[in-house]
Amino acid sequence: MADATQAPKRHPRPISPHLSIYSPLVNMVMSIVHRLTGVALYFGTLLLAWWLIAAATGPAYFAFVNGLLTTLPGKLVLLGYTWALMHHMLGGMRHLIWDTGRGFNISTVNFLSWGTIIGSLGLTAAIWVGALKMKGLL
Amino acid sequence: MNAILRPTPSPTAAKIRTPLARARGLGSSKEGATHFWRQRVTAVANIVLASLLTFVFVKLAGADYATVKATLKNPLVSLLLLLFIASGVIHMRLGMQTVIEDYVHAEGRKVACLMLNTFFSVIVALTSVWAVLKLSFGA
Ligand code: HEM
Repeated sequence: MADATQAPKRHPRPISPHLSIYSPLVNMVMSIVHRLTGVALYFGTLLLAWWLIAAATGPAYFAFVNGLLTTLPGKLVLLGYTWALMHHMLGGMRHLIWDTGRGFNISTVNFLSWGTIIGSLGLTAAIWVGALKMKGLL
Repeated sequence: MNAILRPTPSPTAAKIRTPLARARGLGSSKEGATHFWRQRVTAVANIVLASLLTFVFVKLAGADYATVKATLKNPLVSLLLLLFIASGVIHMRLGMQTVIEDYVHAEGRKVACLMLNTFFSVIVALTSVWAVLKLSFGA
């Protein structure tokens, strides 16, 4: 029993190939993008908090924040945020499917991975086209 | 025997657990599948809440202050926001914890990052909740 606590002897161990060895596969790229979008959304919550605080503070400050968000760079950030959320949401659904033990054969993995990127672009476009149409801007 | 017993998260939990349960352990994180499970529960909640709130944000994008204020005061919208803040922040804190544990290996820096993660999450949560509540109840 006590053996279990002893430090393992140092032998040179075989090393498994890492990222740089593989040519990119769609599921691997989507996995990385899922992490990147998760981290982007993490810091993006500052934007939501800021906007809510602006709305709670009063008309002048809200106009200032709203003004920034409706500039071109502001809109691009919001567009990026929309896409990150949609991509992460679809990627998350893929994870939830996998968590049930389903969808692991190669063709399904590829289908779900392509579905994540294509679906996220489609949803982002739908949301923005819908919003712009609603406001008579398109 | 004692040498291999692992610490558990709370002293009470440590006391009431049998040696067998301790020997089985909860893995190196000492919390078993809790992290994984909470990440999944909040993921499912986020799907519902983020989808519904997308409609609210589309409506409010570029809207004037009176409309924004009136919409955010709506009890249903406030409730959705509060739920999303809670679920989203728990989820993102767990998620960022995984990212930190994957990339930051030096013990001191890891602990510091994990603390900052918690501070960031709590601050985002409480400022957002404060704003929603002020809009709901305040002037
Ligand atoms: C909209 C619905 C969402 C779903 C379905 C979802 C789902 C998931 C799932 C299943 C994971 C675990 C991935 C894994 O085990 O590798 C995850 C990770 C993560 N999520 Fe989400 N999530 C959602 C929204 C959000 C939001 C709003 C944020 C931030 C505010 C966020 C931040 C993160 C972060 C930082 C990670 C860790 C990334 C990683 O470990 O690679 N998620 N999400």
